Amino acid sequence: MRPLELVNNLRIFLPPDLVLYETEDLRPYECDGLSAYRQTPMIVVLPRTEEEVIRILRVCYASKTPVVARGAGTGLSGGALPHSKGILLSLAKLKRILEIDSVARTARVQPGVRNLAISEAVATYGLYYAPDPSSQIACSIGGNVAENAGGVHCLKYGLTVHNILKLRVMTIEGKCLEIGGTCLDTPGYDLLALMTGSEGMLGIVTEITVKLIPKPEKAQVVMAAFDDIRKACDAVANVIGAGIIPAGMEMMDKIATHAVEKYVHAGYNLEAEAILLCESDGTTEEVMDEIQRINEIMKKSNAIDIRTSNNETERLKFWAGRKAAFPAAGRVSPDYYCMDGTIPRKHLARVLGGIEKLSIEYGLRCMNVFHAGDGNLHPLILYDANQPGELKKTEEFGAKILEMCIQVGGTITGEHGVGIEKINQMCSQFKTGELEIFHAVKAAFDPDGLLNPGKAVPTLRRCAEHGAMHVHRNEEKFPDLPRF
Amino acid sequence: MYIGMKKSFQICLGFEQLAEPTETSFIIKSMKDIIDQCTNTIRVAAKHKTPLRIRGGGSKDFYGNNINENSSDILGVTSYTGIVDYDPTELVMTARTGTPLANLEAELRMHNQMLGFEPPHFGPGATLGGCVASGLSGPRRAFVGAIRDFVLGVRMLDGKGNDLHFGGQVMKNVAGYDISRLMTGSMGTLGLLLEISLKVLPLPPIELTLRMQMEEATAIEKMNQWAGKPLPISATCFYDNKLTLRLSGAESAVRAAYTKLGGEEISDGLGFWDSIREQTHTFFRSDKSLWRLSVKSSIPPLQLPGQQLIEWGGALRWFICGENMDIDANTVRSATSSVGGNATLFRNNKQSVSVFHPPGSEMIEIYRRIKEKFDPVGILNPSRMYREL
Repeated sequence: MRPLELVNNLRIFLPPDLVLYETEDLRPYECDGLSAYRQTPMIVVLPRTEEEVIRILRVCYASKTPVVARGAGTGLSGGALPHSKGILLSLAKLKRILEIDSVARTARVQPGVRNLAISEAVATYGLYYAPDPSSQIACSIGGNVAENAGGVHCLKYGLTVHNILKLRVMTIEGKCLEIGGTCLDTPGYDLLALMTGSEGMLGIVTEITVKLIPKPEKAQVVMAAFDDIRKACDAVANVIGAGIIPAGMEMMDKIATHAVEKYVHAGYNLEAEAILLCESDGTTEEVMDEIQRINEIMKKSNAIDIRTSNNETERLKFWAGRKAAFPAAGRVSPDYYCMDGTIPRKHLARVLGGIEKLSIEYGLRCMNVFHAGDGNLHPLILYDANQPGELKKTEEFGAKILEMCIQVGGTITGEHGVGIEKINQMCSQFKTGELEIFHAVKAAFDPDGLLNPGKAVPTLRRCAEHGAMHVHRNEEKFPDLPRF
Repeated sequence: MYIGMKKSFQICLGFEQLAEPTETSFIIKSMKDIIDQCTNTIRVAAKHKTPLRIRGGGSKDFYGNNINENSSDILGVTSYTGIVDYDPTELVMTARTGTPLANLEAELRMHNQMLGFEPPHFGPGATLGGCVASGLSGPRRAFVGAIRDFVLGVRMLDGKGNDLHFGGQVMKNVAGYDISRLMTGSMGTLGLLLEISLKVLPLPPIELTLRMQMEEATAIEKMNQWAGKPLPISATCFYDNKLTLRLSGAESAVRAAYTKLGGEEISDGLGFWDSIREQTHTFFRSDKSLWRLSVKSSIPPLQLPGQQLIEWGGALRWFICGENMDIDANTVRSATSSVGGNATLFRNNKQSVSVFHPPGSEMIEIYRRIKEKFDPVGILNPSRMYREL
């Protein structure tokens, strides 16, 4: 169907200002948080109701037009990159909190609701929504479901998949599926898990029921400094080995602490090769007990400096440096490349050592700030795109890091998603048989392959080069959002 | 390893072409041989369209729709045993699906760890494979998470005999669709599970069980109220006007919570929760139909003629129809679905109705399409979950 014909079909049930097709109107939608990839969509639609979403999908299904769903557009893997011959379906106008059940501790919300807005709305009941991706002030819950978003606290509180109960999903055929329920389990296949992290490839989520949990009474953080990164890695294992599941456990190497300290003055030990932030939360008694044990473990793990936050201001100060790490990388280097691999924790020291060796081999600095508790690495390769050949070297370096992650039994993406960015690396992680199953699952929901085509799962013939998050001169799409 | 030539093993080992079973023992050279033989069995069954009944230790034979035992062959992996990888500091255990659940739990206990979802065994033979395929969780579920929340990765054979790996051994992994969780609770209808990676948890330093007298409506209200507060509750059970709670965590936290909540401390807490999990408690001793009603935790008492036992902070209600009374499956199902829940005929299906709450037609169509992709000929546990699958 020609663009104008499609526009006319959509305008039968949508007002003109919600169906955009003029080039200047389409521009804001040409990329998400991964701004290195850009594509102007054919049409942008902004439905206000579920009924409008269904009608849009029916038009697309009948005319075989590709559909790319978009939430707040903060994703880091290009999952919402538009299709040149497709419709970009923005769910930004579906932003109502429909119901809060403070007794059963659930909230029913539309996909455009911001992650943090849910916690803000239920704070009055002493409850909150646990997953806290770094972009939580801006990212939408619909996008969180599409990417299975995590955050600093997921070691203890889980990812999006662990914190949602029910979805209303519209299929490309315009049918409504109610998946999951307000009860704790439903019979049949676990489509709730299948939909979570499916990157808009299986259906369009129009309503989400999330689980709310009580706010912990207290939170405290221990900051431990080490003169050897291997000792810091051992300390991580020692904490877990002692039967403690910290609310968060983050590591920064020397390059990182030096980069952030200049801007944030968090009070990090600049002599240290690595620092660990280890947070405990829960009841007052639990936290007291755990903080004491964490302190002892850090001592036994040969930390050279251990400090515990004495109040909320100090706790936030300790965290401020960690949260400012990505922007700081952009300040100390013209460009940086961010990777997102997860590895079994026991291989942390080995992989970090490997990264160090590669860093010398390639003559490029690499800053490590990451979720040590769940082995989710975010190596930031510092480089200068204006130096001939440096970008290519960086890409090779990054590719080798991800290969190392796969070699030690890890994964190419812990929380940023595959999107368009890591589509090629999927071939390194999965064999033909698994990729065939992924395509088969996609076909079960979307036989014509109209939903977000070309993302998340590579076609079998496309198993070629590697890619990574590319940030030029700190020009992120949302430079103000903390990234951690 | 020596294995006698029983029928199930013959099938698994792909010797169905032998006319006469002999008493000969067979030495399995390696675990790889077992997989090769299972692959072969699946391929032969697919070729001949012979249904296969996947079975571990047989402890959950009672669960799900009946499969015609005469027209199906048994496919078992009880010889595929052992822990593949376990490092306590990783909080991850990878094991072969034939491994007895009891062995895994014993190994974890030696390192002060546990399976957080507290799976019911329902018999000494319970295997890891059956545990994951049935998808059942125990008393800790509402507070710590369900089995599906702990499954990180699977190795499996699909209905074509393809050896596939999904997920992995790490907590955070968003590469590809979440097939590992899709397999959890799929009752063996999508594939034969070979290996599973599970997230494990540290054992709480102490546990304390307390009990208080209360009426059902008040108990439901209290359980919901407490779940909204930062209290270390790890299990609840209401039965016979008594609410029993378990507190787990650091001693100081548990003692502080006990002071806040009150009640009487029970000496044999371990035994009590075991009787709830394994259904050896008095309530379950009945040959009448046992219904498992999954509802929103805050739903007021369900008016059904018989006895109920409530777990999971109000979200799981077991129901047995009263003596000398009978209740139609549709009545139970409409009573639960009218409050947004679902009803499973867990044990003693005397009415030959669908064990699992029937989904809508749109949903069953999606299920059917998924099943067809994993098992095109429809040989894996046909109709164990739904007649259409």
